Amino acid sequence: MTTNSASTKIVPQNQDTQIKLFSKAWLFQEKSLIALLLLIVIVSFISPNFFSVDNILNTLRQTSVNAIIAVGMTMVIITAGIDLSVGAVLALSGAFAASLIAQEVNVVLAVIITLFSGLVLGAMSGIIVAQGKVQPFIATLVTMTALRGVTMVFTDGRPISTGYTENADMFSWLGTGYMLGVPVPIWIMVSIFAIGWYLLNHTRTGRHIYALGGNEDATRLSGINVNRIKIIVYSLCGLTAAIASIIITARLSSAQPTAGLGYELDAIAAVVLGGTSLMGGRGRIMGTLIGALIIGFLNNALNLLDVSSYYQMLAKASVILLAVIVDNRNK
Amino acid sequence: MQPILKLENIDKSFPSVKALNRASLNVYPGKVMALVGENGAGKSTMMKVLTGIYQPDAGLIEYQGAAVQFRGPKDSQDQGISIIHQELNLIQELSIAENIFLGREPTRYGKIQWQQLYANVEELLQRLNIKHHPRTRLGSLSIGEQQMVEIAKALSFQSQVIIMDEPTDALTDTETDSLFEVIQQLRDQGQGIVYISHRLKEIFRICDDVTIFRDGEFIEQKPVADLTEDLIIEKMVGRSLDDQFPKADLELGEVCLQVNNLCGNGVVDASFTLRSGEILGFSGLMGAGRTELMKLIYGDAQIHAGEVILNGRTLELHSPKDALTAGIAYVSEDRKTDGLVLSMSVKENMSLSSLAEFCTSSGRIEHREERQAVQKFIDLFRIKTPGQNQIIKNLSGGNQQKVAIAKGVMKQPQVLILDEPTRGVDVGARQEIYQLINRFRRDGMAIILVSSDMPEILGMSDRIIVMCMGKLSGEFSREQANQELLMAAAVGKKAEELV
Repeated sequence: MTTNSASTKIVPQNQDTQIKLFSKAWLFQEKSLIALLLLIVIVSFISPNFFSVDNILNTLRQTSVNAIIAVGMTMVIITAGIDLSVGAVLALSGAFAASLIAQEVNVVLAVIITLFSGLVLGAMSGIIVAQGKVQPFIATLVTMTALRGVTMVFTDGRPISTGYTENADMFSWLGTGYMLGVPVPIWIMVSIFAIGWYLLNHTRTGRHIYALGGNEDATRLSGINVNRIKIIVYSLCGLTAAIASIIITARLSSAQPTAGLGYELDAIAAVVLGGTSLMGGRGRIMGTLIGALIIGFLNNALNLLDVSSYYQMLAKASVILLAVIVDNRNK
Repeated sequence: MQPILKLENIDKSFPSVKALNRASLNVYPGKVMALVGENGAGKSTMMKVLTGIYQPDAGLIEYQGAAVQFRGPKDSQDQGISIIHQELNLIQELSIAENIFLGREPTRYGKIQWQQLYANVEELLQRLNIKHHPRTRLGSLSIGEQQMVEIAKALSFQSQVIIMDEPTDALTDTETDSLFEVIQQLRDQGQGIVYISHRLKEIFRICDDVTIFRDGEFIEQKPVADLTEDLIIEKMVGRSLDDQFPKADLELGEVCLQVNNLCGNGVVDASFTLRSGEILGFSGLMGAGRTELMKLIYGDAQIHAGEVILNGRTLELHSPKDALTAGIAYVSEDRKTDGLVLSMSVKENMSLSSLAEFCTSSGRIEHREERQAVQKFIDLFRIKTPGQNQIIKNLSGGNQQKVAIAKGVMKQPQVLILDEPTRGVDVGARQEIYQLINRFRRDGMAIILVSSDMPEILGMSDRIIVMCMGKLSGEFSREQANQELLMAAAVGKKAEELV
């Protein structure tokens, strides 16, 4: 067997697994983490109230809702899709949860039903995208609008209280309770990220999600049912929105018909800040966690510094813009 | 007679290939010059040099008696050279008139003079026998009619030289007739025309002279009257085959794949059989329907009629997944668009089709098993990569192709379809791919080799099927087949005429 080794060049390696700690490549890969640490250090100096256990736990708890939704959003965005309906799914499944609890349905059962409803509502978007071949932006704009309408009809435009029963008290633990000194929503957030990380990195479905976002045609020709994968990611995204809705509803002991307005944009911002490409195929779930934390800590810091909420929006916008420009610059 | 446009000894090289090697072309006023050659003979490159899209490395372009240099398509067009591309460059949402005069609408004080515009277009359409109003939206026309609009646009430039690249591909017979009338008119008015086509019959009908290219080189320029179809074919393919193909003679196994009267995806009534251990070549010109046929067999296009039988069992093919499960694997012709996921690693690409084999029933990937299997193929295929986790984008074309083939083979198929397996692959890796193909057939795999590279298909195949315009137009044994026969079948000469 003759081989022509001169003609087949070995391309210099630059993206292998083993990246040296604190090397230039590592610094670039972990730039969101570095930005987050930098943010924490700077704010700690400016505001003495910042670096306390209470404030950190408080901020993490506030961040948990956005972070959990962002896990589902990350998967959708890795497939080169987008899900605008998460806020609407959150409002509707929150309304379901509140009315179930108000009718004294067992908490476990109520939670299961709520999660299932989120899964189904997300699957609707997935089916429209996959079977209807509708662009994700339009498909989820449609489901967002429709579900907002359904929520208004279901709640009659009024908040639904979970009531003052023992059942409602148990339910509210999910939003207000503590376990080992740490708020329950933080535990939920950590578990969801662990599950999301496992799914994306260690399962066949996760591999298929990346493949689909990288090249849909090649994925289909590799014998993968791409429609199934699309429906799965939108369902999971709906599921994470439902999980977030339980935390919010439990915390407020009621479901607001307008809950979750604009949450889709916060989730997308967290995903993008975490370095996931809107073009699909690339992204890390832990990046999303960092992205969500950057937004959370930034909000918290600006609050502590008494910056008006109007200026907070400007600050958030600047950070996102900066992150995206840095990311593009180094591509 | 003096040529109006003359390209002499044009050289053009790209990083891996010399596309044009001292190529020449003359265009005479009042004459139609045919330009013929195989796929990759350099016709398109020559046209890109001629219209200024590429700058030649060496050579001379003379236009109307003076040496010129075209800076780009707009420059050459302004000087009177129009080209009608094979693929349409029109805007579907605009009207016929808007398309034809896009960017040079007659205006007064910035306002478009619609009446004048429509009158001009009306006249053009009448000349071409197009029965549509200038205000008709382009998108509502058939592809053939759109092609005629493209031709009308070229005419509107009052060009001295008009180049037509496979203009009749999408035209019906009547449309072709009116196009030929127009070509005659233009010729009588003294314009020079270059007519590029694979359809030799048309060349004898409409052209005055023929220029033949082969492998980027100028072979001959002769009046049509001095040539026959067979002579042209011979000159198009006339190169010698060297023994670069490691052909192993093997006893063929039983028939394993049987395709009966398959229709759909532009393929008409295709039937053939394939034995295990056999390499069946599919030859033909671009657009002959070979890839389309393979996608039917692979379940990636809808079958309208006919059946695919594997081991005596008729397959229900609704997706590539069905075909893969049944034992048919397909390696696509274009690894960048639908062969590989470029953003993923060597490992992830290679195991994509057979990932289920490395997973627990709950869907968890057994990373160690996956790594071992991938490493086995990296060694067997001699894939040069710094590691399994290397992003595949960073590998050379040959190594990327090996990963794409490994992905198919890892699934242990009975039938392996290789669509242009050596396109864009360097010589060394080519050799290795040929060795691998022979190895697979020794293991009893049945192989379909689709290739536009004639020496490759003649050197590797046990049997060759030629396709033309969606139909099987010839079948040859290894002993019968030669380049002339394949080319003749590829341009659609009848089987009776061939022997």
